[in-house]
Amino acid sequence: MLKAVILIGGPQKGTRFRPLSFEVPKPLFPVAGVPMIQHHIEACAQVPGMQEILLIGFYQPDEPLTQFLEAAQQEFHLPVRYLQEFAPLGTGGGLYHFRDQILAGGPEAFFVLNADVCSDFPLSAMLEAHRHQRHPFLLLGTTANRTQSLNYGCMVENPQTHEVLHYVEKPSTFISDIINCGIYLFSPEALKPLRDVFQRNQQDGQLEDSPGLWPGAGTIRLEQDVFSALAGQGQIYVHLTDGIWSQIKSAGSALYASRLYLSRYQTTHPERLAKHTPGGPRIRGTHPAPIPNLRPPPRFLTLSPELKPQSLFGVFAPRASLLLLGNVYIHPTAKVAPSAVLGPNVSIGKGVTVGEGVRLRESIVLHGATLQEHTCVLHSIVGWGSTVGRWARVEGTPNDPNPNDPRARMDSESLFKDGKLLPAITILGCRVRIPAEVLILNSIVLPHKELSRSFTNQIIL
Amino acid sequence: MKALILVGGYGTRLRPLTLSTPKPLVDFCNKPILLHQVEALAAAGVDHVILAVSYMSQVLEKEMKAQEQRLGIRISMSHEEEPLGTAGPLALARDLLSETADPFFVLNSDVICDFPFQAMVQFHRHHGQEGSILVTKVEEPSKYGVVVCEADTGRIHRFVEKPQVFVSNKINAGMYILSPAVLQRIQLQPTSIEKEVFPVMAKEGQLYAMELQGFWMDIGQPKDFLTGMCLFLQSLRQKQPERLCSGPGIVGNVLVDPSARIGQNCSIGPNVSLGPGVVVEDGVCIRRCTVLRDARIRSHSWLESCIVGWRCRVGQWVSLWTGLCGERGGRRAGEGQEKGGECARIPDRAYPLLEVRMENVTVLGEDVIVNDELYLNGASVLPHKSIGESVPEPRIIM
Repeated sequence: MLKAVILIGGPQKGTRFRPLSFEVPKPLFPVAGVPMIQHHIEACAQVPGMQEILLIGFYQPDEPLTQFLEAAQQEFHLPVRYLQEFAPLGTGGGLYHFRDQILAGGPEAFFVLNADVCSDFPLSAMLEAHRHQRHPFLLLGTTANRTQSLNYGCMVENPQTHEVLHYVEKPSTFISDIINCGIYLFSPEALKPLRDVFQRNQQDGQLEDSPGLWPGAGTIRLEQDVFSALAGQGQIYVHLTDGIWSQIKSAGSALYASRLYLSRYQTTHPERLAKHTPGGPRIRGTHPAPIPNLRPPPRFLTLSPELKPQSLFGVFAPRASLLLLGNVYIHPTAKVAPSAVLGPNVSIGKGVTVGEGVRLRESIVLHGATLQEHTCVLHSIVGWGSTVGRWARVEGTPNDPNPNDPRARMDSESLFKDGKLLPAITILGCRVRIPAEVLILNSIVLPHKELSRSFTNQIIL
Repeated sequence: MKALILVGGYGTRLRPLTLSTPKPLVDFCNKPILLHQVEALAAAGVDHVILAVSYMSQVLEKEMKAQEQRLGIRISMSHEEEPLGTAGPLALARDLLSETADPFFVLNSDVICDFPFQAMVQFHRHHGQEGSILVTKVEEPSKYGVVVCEADTGRIHRFVEKPQVFVSNKINAGMYILSPAVLQRIQLQPTSIEKEVFPVMAKEGQLYAMELQGFWMDIGQPKDFLTGMCLFLQSLRQKQPERLCSGPGIVGNVLVDPSARIGQNCSIGPNVSLGPGVVVEDGVCIRRCTVLRDARIRSHSWLESCIVGWRCRVGQWVSLWTGLCGERGGRRAGEGQEKGGECARIPDRAYPLLEVRMENVTVLGEDVIVNDELYLNGASVLPHKSIGESVPEPRIIM
């Protein structure tokens, strides 16, 4: 019998996800059309013998979270429970605090998943490796290039035994190109070292409480307190994967994760991908070619004879469809005009309206938003209930990892560099109103704001 | 009567358009700049127009031969081997100009207005002295050469170049009538009429100023070209409204050549001119632009304050506009230190004519292709270029 624990954190964490995290806890933010942790739960539910899924975090259990739990239970026919920490206990503290619930029923092992990762969750492979040789801690690892590895937890692996010999979280010098995916499989024995750390931290915590530098009482940081400390002692092992993986810390990485999941849908959930229907919107799969695509226009764009010289006002809309096989998710209740062109990497949420002649690419449009006619939305997230006026242009700058390098990962995702706002995904918060014909470029607009002009490279409060 | 038009040289300020065509032949509101003047001169009784040129004269000559026939007047070329300034060309054309004893017009080729040539002739005869200058009132005279004259007679006392304090708000509009006697004051060498000839004439009481009513613009550079277009279209609204376009999606003053084509669900105007053979596809929004012959604007694009050159292809969902500034420079006076930029992408309804301060107009030269889904902010694109990447800050694309 197996269990899974998903660490979902709390409101103080995930500030890089603002302003989107003002409206919804980050773990519930839709990535490729479904809440972030639904991908985790789906993967867990597919592991034979999975008995229960526990969410540990310190969010207040509000409407969205409760509704999500109920829906998840119904869909996956598994108990999905939320265990709320009384205070932030670190990445390991919650595990120790709720150890009785985790170990209730005597599971052979339990998965521990960070909520803010995007992955294909090779849980069965990890289980097999674990059953082959049982150890307290099995970490899922993947590769990164040298410079980018410094943004993650780095592990030195014994290539024969797969033991983790050395572990450093976000080192300042190069340690290893194997990084921690934030997805683990623990034996019940793992609780013992956690207890030791807990008790030790309790003693240290009796001293002056300086938040940020020392862990407070009851907190356990898995990475520093457990993995670093126990590396090389025959307790921690790594299972390598080369499947999709990304951290989700910012809106930009959420968009990138969306792309990864959407392309995976072709095999795992083809029903979630929009298909071209006659009279429906056109779905485009690849970027327009860099070579001028304005060769003599295809036949259907020339004017029909009766529209020649006399009439000034003609009709140009091509009737035929363009490329298919775009990775686009459209919620069934969304209304998308047939002359819109979507993709690649587009997610359209519940009740969204996409008007005539809209171009939408590499973007997420959240529930209830409206894109009026002829708008162009690229590399952006349009917040819940927002409105984008006619002919407006909302555009961001992607900072995606190099697609040609399978080891390339997101870079450190800070907003500023040298005091200047780095060009990044444009984010419109909840219920933002963008007037017609303006340009919003590389900017972040906080919720409920009504803009009256164009902005570039700014945070608009 | 005769007229000398100072066409001059390379028209560098109107590049990249003038890399393809001599400036006088660039269409302004669907008619070559030069033709606006020549037609007005012909209507006022001028039967001989002399063009003082130094560049691309063969192209001009060929075009003007056709116009000769059409207008029934004589058009000569006076070709400068070296640049002769603003007065030298008169000396060069001395023989032609002295064929008769009548006074003759001298015009700068860049100016557009409601040409009051008949009134100028009468004014010149009335005072009987050697020269008459058309002057116009401007808001910021210190950018120009200013004319100080008597209010009732118009007799000019003096010229002041770019005055530091307010002297007068009237400037030289670039149109004169001169008696042949003036030719004796000019030698065949580079000479400036404003600096060397006029001041002397003014001192001798030989120079008079007539104030121009109505609009005036020097359209020698893109931003003024567009401003001039707005003024011209406004004047057209008053004088010949039937020439302007109306219909679904047409807003304000819009001039459309009969052979142009506009798609559905567009919003064209105010202040737009579409040349012959221009195709504007569905869902396009164009404000305050000139689109030259045979250009094609594909669907859902948005253009404001731009000049789109001949045979250009602007892709779908393209945004073209004229930025006030990029990320760093060009802050409006009095505004705070913003880290980000502020683009003057303001619907023209809010600023109908002149008030949008522009610096870097987006101009697409001949046969430029702009790929789908890009945006260009203040890009000056040379002919035959393909643009495959957005241009976020004003730049020249060679």
